[in-house]
This record gives sequence, C-alpha cells and structure tokens, in this order.
Amino acid sequence: MTLSLLFEQLLNGLQLGTMLFLMASGLTLVFGVMGLINLAHGSFYMVGAFVTAWTAGMTGSFWVGLVAGVLAAAATGAVVEFLVIRRLYRRDHLDQVLATFALILIFSEGTRWLFGSSPLWLNVPEVLSGSVALPGGSRYPVFRLVIIGVGVLVAVGLFLLISRTRLGMRIRAGESDREMIGALGVDIAKLYTVVFALGAGLAGLAGSMIGALQSVQVGMGEPVLILAFVVIVIGGIGSIKGALVGALLVGVVDTLGRIFLPSLFKLFMTTADASGVGAAIASMLIYVLMALILAFRPKGLFAAND
Amino acid sequence: MPEPAMGALAGPVSLSSARPWLNRERLINGLLLMALFASPFIAQAVGETYYINLASRIAIVAMAAVGLNLAIGYGGMISFGHAAFFGLGGYVAGISAFHAFDMSLLLSWPITLGGSDFMPGIWLAAMVLCALLALVIGAISLRTSGVYFIMITLAFAQMLYYFAVSWPSYGGDDGLPIYLRNQFPGLNTNDPLTYFLICFVALGLSLALCARLMRSRFGAALTMARLNETRLATAGISPFPIRLVAFVLSAVITGVAGALFADLNGFVGPSMLSWHRSGEIMVIVILGGVGRLYGPVAGAILFVLMETLLGGVTEYWMLFLGLVLLGVVLFARGGLMGLLAGRARHE
Amino acid sequence: MKTLNTLGLGLLLSSSLVSLQAQAEDVKIGMITTLSGGGSHLGVDTRDGFLLAVEQAGRDDVEVLVKDDAQKPDVAKSLADEFMQRDNVDLLTGIIFSNLAMAVVPGTVRQGTFYISPNAGPSDLAGRMCHENYFNVAYQNDNLHGAMGAYMKEQGFERPILLAPNYPAGTDALAGFKHLYENEVVDEIYTQLGQTDYAAEIAQIRSSDADSLFFFLPGGMGISFMKQWEGSSVDMPVFGAAFSFDETLIKAVGSAAIGAKNTSSWAYDLDNETNRAFVESYREAYDRMPTLYAAQGFDTANLILAALDKAHPSDQEAFREVLREADFDSVRGEFRFGSNHHPIQDIYVREVVEGDDGQPTNRLVGLAIEDIQDVYAADCNM
Repeated sequence: MTLSLLFEQLLNGLQLGTMLFLMASGLTLVFGVMGLINLAHGSFYMVGAFVTAWTAGMTGSFWVGLVAGVLAAAATGAVVEFLVIRRLYRRDHLDQVLATFALILIFSEGTRWLFGSSPLWLNVPEVLSGSVALPGGSRYPVFRLVIIGVGVLVAVGLFLLISRTRLGMRIRAGESDREMIGALGVDIAKLYTVVFALGAGLAGLAGSMIGALQSVQVGMGEPVLILAFVVIVIGGIGSIKGALVGALLVGVVDTLGRIFLPSLFKLFMTTADASGVGAAIASMLIYVLMALILAFRPKGLFAAND
Repeated sequence: MPEPAMGALAGPVSLSSARPWLNRERLINGLLLMALFASPFIAQAVGETYYINLASRIAIVAMAAVGLNLAIGYGGMISFGHAAFFGLGGYVAGISAFHAFDMSLLLSWPITLGGSDFMPGIWLAAMVLCALLALVIGAISLRTSGVYFIMITLAFAQMLYYFAVSWPSYGGDDGLPIYLRNQFPGLNTNDPLTYFLICFVALGLSLALCARLMRSRFGAALTMARLNETRLATAGISPFPIRLVAFVLSAVITGVAGALFADLNGFVGPSMLSWHRSGEIMVIVILGGVGRLYGPVAGAILFVLMETLLGGVTEYWMLFLGLVLLGVVLFARGGLMGLLAGRARHE
Repeated sequence: MKTLNTLGLGLLLSSSLVSLQAQAEDVKIGMITTLSGGGSHLGVDTRDGFLLAVEQAGRDDVEVLVKDDAQKPDVAKSLADEFMQRDNVDLLTGIIFSNLAMAVVPGTVRQGTFYISPNAGPSDLAGRMCHENYFNVAYQNDNLHGAMGAYMKEQGFERPILLAPNYPAGTDALAGFKHLYENEVVDEIYTQLGQTDYAAEIAQIRSSDADSLFFFLPGGMGISFMKQWEGSSVDMPVFGAAFSFDETLIKAVGSAAIGAKNTSSWAYDLDNETNRAFVESYREAYDRMPTLYAAQGFDTANLILAALDKAHPSDQEAFREVLREADFDSVRGEFRFGSNHHPIQDIYVREVVEGDDGQPTNRLVGLAIEDIQDVYAADCNM
C-alpha cells in the first residue's frame, strides 16, 4: 500500500462525499425548513440525469444538457411541491413517507414509459476528459476533480446564501420558528416552493454530473437516496453543516472500507475468501457506522432543531 | 403499577367496548374474512387452482401487515425496516429446508443441528430469531424517535439485505430455492387448498392476538405511549419497555408470515429483505387503514388484486399503484377501512 | 340403411378423431423473460429472436405466451405457476438471469413440464440438480469465462487481475476463468452488486503490477465501469465475456469499449448459412443488429420446432429423445448436447472495433476454445 494510492483513494472518497453532499443538502434543507421527509428526492437526481443525457444527445453539447437537466429537476421539484408536497407539511411522517414513496413509483414508471427500459448514455465533455498527474506519479480523472470542485462551490454558495442573503435569513427563521415567519409577513408558500426547488435542482445537478460517469437508467436515484439519508441522519437532520460532515464521512469510510477491508482479511484468509468476506462487510460498513452514531447520539452529530 | 391510573388509562378503550356487538366495522371485518375464506373453495370448484395460491398470498401478506400495523398503527412506531423480519422468517424456512433436502448439518457447534422440514419447528425458530433481532434493533432504535426512527430501522434492514446479498453459503443474491415444501404433521402441505388453510389460520391467530392484546392493559398503555407519552410517564409507566415488547411482537408476526411466504413461493432471496418490501408492507397497512384491526386484510386484498389485475393489463402497473397510493394518502386518510366502515372512533 | 348408419358412424368417428388430434397437436409455450428494468434489453432480444423463428416456421399450431418477470425471482416463480396451472402450457422457456432460473426450473421440471433455457445456465442445474426435462441451448455460465481463461493463457498473459460483483454468478465467473487459466492471478477484486462507481477499484488495479484485466460486470455495471476505465487512462488490455459486450451495451459505452476482447458462443459475422440468413432477417424485422441473446432465442425456438415435427410434449419420452438429438440448424454452426443436456460447443473471441457507422461493434477474431463442456456434467446423475 503506497502513500500515493492512499491519497488517490482519499480523493475518491472525497468525490463520493461531495456528490452525496449535493443530494443531502437539499434533503436536509427541506426537512429543516418544512419538517418534511422526502423519499422522492432521488427521483430529481434521476430526472436531472435523464434530461441531461437526452438533451446532450439531441444538441450534442454536454453543457446545454447540464443546464437543461438542472433546470428540469428544479422545475419538476417546484411542480411536485405545488401539486403534492404542500399538502403534506401538516401531516405526520408516516403520510409523508407514503406519499413520497408513491411519488417514487410514479416517477420511476413514468420515466420508463417515456424513455424506455434501456439505459441512456452520456459522455464526459471533451474538455474535461482525460486525467492529470497526482503527486506520487499516479493519475486522476479531471472530471472527478471537477465534481469535487463543484461540490465545494455549492457548499460555499449555500453557506453564503444562508448567512448573507434575505432568502437565507428567511430560511433560518423558518428553521427556528415556523409560525413566526408567517407573522413577519413572509409569503411562506412561495418560500417553501423556492427551497424545495433549490433542493431538487441540487439533486438534479448531482444526477447530471454522475450520469456522465455511469449509465443513466431508471432507479438510479434509489441507492443514492438511501446513502443521502444515512448522511443526513449521521449529520443531524436539518443541519447543512451536519450534511457536509456526514457526506464526507460516509464517502471516505465507504471508499476506504471497500479497498482496505479485503486487504485486511487477506492477512489471515485465502485471497478469494478474503475478497468475498471483505466486500460483504464493506457493504454493511456505513450502516454499522450510522447505527453506532445513533446509538450514542440519537439526534446525529449536529442536531439542528430538536 | 398503581390501579387508579390504569383505570384512567382504560377510559377510551372501555368506550369502544360499550359499542353494540354488531356495528358496521365488525360487519365489514366479517365480510372480508368470509370473502377471503370462500374464494379458494370457489376456485377449487371451478378448477382454477391458480387462484388458490393467490388467496394464500393475500393471507400471508395480510399477516405480515398485521404485524407491522401493531408497530405503526397501535404503537406509533413507523418502522421502515420490517422487511428484515419478513426476510429473516423466510430465510429460516429456506435454510432449514435446504439442509433437510441436503441432509447436511445446519450447525456443528455448540450443538449439532440438522435441517428440518417440520413446519411448526420452523415457525418457532423464526419466532425466536425474529424476537431476538427485534430486541436488538428495537433497543437501539427506540432510543430515537420521529424521522431518526424511520431511518435507523431502514438502516438495519439494509444491513441485513447487504449481508444476505454477499453471504455466499445460502445463495447470496441468487437466493435459495425450496425444492420440497416443508411439512406439517397430518396434512398434505403440497395441496394448495390445505396450504391456504394453514395460512388462513395463521392470519386468524395473529388477528386474534392483536385484538386480545389491544383490549388488555398492555394495549391501553401502548395506545397511551403513542398518544401522550408524558401522561403515561406520570402514571408511573415507562414507555420504553412497552414499546419494545410491542415492536418484538410485531416482528414475530411478520417473521412467521415471511416463513409462510417462502414456503408458498418455494423460494427465498434478498428481495424479501429489500427496502421496497418494507415499503410494500407499509403500503398495505395504509391502503387498508392504519390502526384498524382488519385494515391489513383489506389492504392486502386490494394490493394483491391490483398487482394481479393491473399487472396483467399493463407493464406500468406500478405507476397506477403510485397514483392510487397518493390518492389514498392525500384524500382518503382512513384507507379502505375508512371508506367502508367509517372513521375509527377512538382516534 | 345399415350401410348408411355405418357410414354415418364412421364419419362421426373420424371427424371426432380429427378434432381430437388437432387438439392434441396444438402446443402452448410459456415464455417468462425480463422485459422491464435494467436488464430488459436481454429479454427483449431473446423474445424477438424466438418469435422470429416461430414466425418463419409459419406454424399456426404453436402458441407462445410471453410474460415479464421484471428480473425478480418471486415474480418469475409465480408466473411459472400461473402458466402451468392456469394456461396448461406444454413447455416453458425464456428466463435470462440465473437466480430466476434457480427459483423456477427445479419446481417446473419436477412437475413434469419441459424447460428449455435460452440463456441462464447456473452450475447446479448442469450438475447435481440436472433433470431429464431440463435442456440448456445457450451455455453453462462458466463456458465463456473459462474460454477466456484458456485464451489469455495461450496469448501469454502472465499476471491478470480479476474483477467481478460479489454474488454467486460473480464468484462462479472468476472460478470458471481460473479453472482454465490454470496459473496464479495477481488479485481478485469483488465489488458490490449493482455498484455504479468504480474509482476505488480502478485505482487498485492501476497500482497493481498486473499485465491484463479480466472482468465480469453484466449490464449497467459494465457500462459504468468501462466509461470510468477510459477516463482513468490506465494502459492495460481488457478482456471479458460477451455479457458485458453485447451490441446494445458497447454502443452505450462508446469509444471506451474499443479494443476490448470478449468471448462469445456466437458472433453476427460467424460464417455459416443459417447465421447469415438469421442476421439478415432479424435486421429486416426489427431494424437493429441481433445480439447473442437474440441468437439464443432463435436457436431455442428452432430446437423446439424441430422436435415438435417428430413428437408432441405430451409424449414425454419421445419428445425428450428428439430434443436430445438436437437435429436443427443452429446459427452457431455445429450443435450438440452433452450428457447433462448442456451444449458442447466452440467459443469464439470477438474484438470491439469501430464499425462503418463510427459506432463500436464486435468483430470475430478467432477461436478461443474448441468443444468446451462444463465441468459439472460429471456431477449429473440422470
């Protein structure tokens, strides 16, 4: 195990983490402001990826596709909020879970109906393909570095948005006292739609970028959604800071676990056995992490509002 | 436990027992059970054995939902991980049958244990294992509440799911076929009608258990833990053990349903543990009506019929399931039982 | 009067005989295959190939009922029950994925229905759980992996690194490869099933001192992996089995697939008359290139149709015997069954090249291994 490999794997963990942050920040924002648990968040990720792949295929430009994908995801979010989600704010979590579970079914089957069952494909834009040299002699794909960069930009942007702008002030007010902002004359309905669309747009952004690395297919949002939930639960639901820390923690633990657990087991097992057992335990690792954290801190690492 | 406090707690419950013996809900309940009971005999009479298995399927998923309803409806514990128990029950049946078929040993240490195709033994093992698992999951999860509880139960189920997918001994992701259905002494379980009767009796017993439980002091305390935890605490009862026991019982019922399901399909695999399965069981509870004793039966009938009828017409039946579910959650909050029998009295 | 009566009776008898015979000769085939979800193009191709053969045979006494299993074992199992109990089909076919086959086949054949597999060939069904009513027209799953092991050994690769998802088909694939490669491999990496990001594994492969990569990542996993592999600029020859390189998948992967070699029991440019006619008629009927799955669907239907010419499935003994003969024109050229009803066949090597339209496509480059038979046949007591 060389140092440069360790460094490269840390970068991989970081890249997974920033992608998860894009998903988790919207999820946690929606929970923090509106008190809503949204299982359909992964569908916006899928919408972003599909629209990007489709538009890029039609126009031949990844960038047009990316913009279209993010806008489509945000617009879908706004429409869904207007039609369905706003009826759920006053309901209990059970109703929210079920209604948004229903939305997953509708989005998945609807997408299959529109685009068919075969995966779509989307290529990394020419400018960002290829790789750069890392210290230590290894190489790293440019596009993955760009994803990390975008994640950092979004994190900084969200921080500025929430701490410096009027919208951010309202979001903070909404997190601490929902009745209060209504009394202050803020149009809550509009605020909620904007926040929900913002979260959906971020999920769409994640989907658009990841779509270029993977196959774009129905159901692609579900594994990511579950990881994003793990992230916000670890971080403390409602906390952007928690989402950032949780995302990086999950990204790094998952990546390093996948690589180093099998190597660890090889010390006292045959190669084939160690690979199998190591992979099995690695796949459970982040859930174990989450259970451990919740067992000691039932509200996550950075509980926002109790 | 101080007596007077218990009397106060029993208040809302005694109100319901003062209702006339045959009210609309009981009538609907009876009709639902009769319809489920009669349909396989009709199918047998006209020679459509396929529909007998469909009725068995309804009875089994209804039973799984009865278990979940105990946690969600009566206990207010929104478990998004009941597939863990459903799947564990299924794997108990599958693994036991696998070793019985293979004549190999299930355990060689600390005791030697072979496989078995003896159904009551399998059910007992499923109950014990599910109870132990639920005890662990419950003890950790019940320290949290709200969204955290939903998510941590989901996380435990996912853990089990990934374990089953990657553990090679019992098929991993491929699952484990049950080549010979497990046996019940004196009965021919391979006969579809006999197997339906076994499932139907199991469903009946789980319904009776729930009804009995909710009429008891324990049920009253569980209801109070859901409605007003502080009031329960002032009565000197800690809500945690009450909830934990209810969670364990709920898991046990769902687990036995899982064992029956595996035998019905002749197959058990990680799909029985997936979070979609947890969602499906939850959907059945809601479609039928949360916290209604016979809600899961109504929900299971509706769900399985939709799956079979819509699934035969269109590949995209899940889209319509989603729309129906959304409609029920948004506009018909009592579910099917709410529509048929009116809103629940003591809500 | 008497003669008239006799004549009338004779007519009555003969007409009822005719109708009885017609009823007995009608054949119902139940096809359970994957038409929705990530793996659906495999099922669609198998179905289309199968139906093309039935249509070309022009027989109206053969009815094919098709149902979608959504790649779920429990759905497949209940569809099989439905076909056997409600529709009384004479034989079943169609399943793509091995885990679904393991759920359906043992129960089906034990109940006395024939099952003819157009794709899935799990080791248990070839070995200890083989059955006289089960036939596999495609391959035992290990065939293609083993053939690649033999090919890479012959080509002089000394330090291959192996990659597969951690599930039974994945571990079987690597075991099959190693069985015929026979030498030590550098490492075996197992990924989570359905994994979409392979950055960590690619870094690990890069840092190893392997001289070649053999991987088994079917469906969408293969697309993701190949795209990320290209982005990582690792310079190492890539080998796999046809499962990751069908025409649909390599078009999705794009230029990243070019240069990869894969083993297959069939290639569209395989030079025999049946195959040329098949490729042409398939392209005409469906306006796309046939895949291995389409070819297997086509072969499966032709095997069944050829057997139906000589016997009816209700006469189990006779029908089984004619199936064993496998007297039909296969698109793979020569075709015969081994003792466990699995094919003994040649496996070819294809290379992904840029086609005339600029899109990647497979080109036949040679023979990987001749007359391969699975190792499980020895465990089969039939």
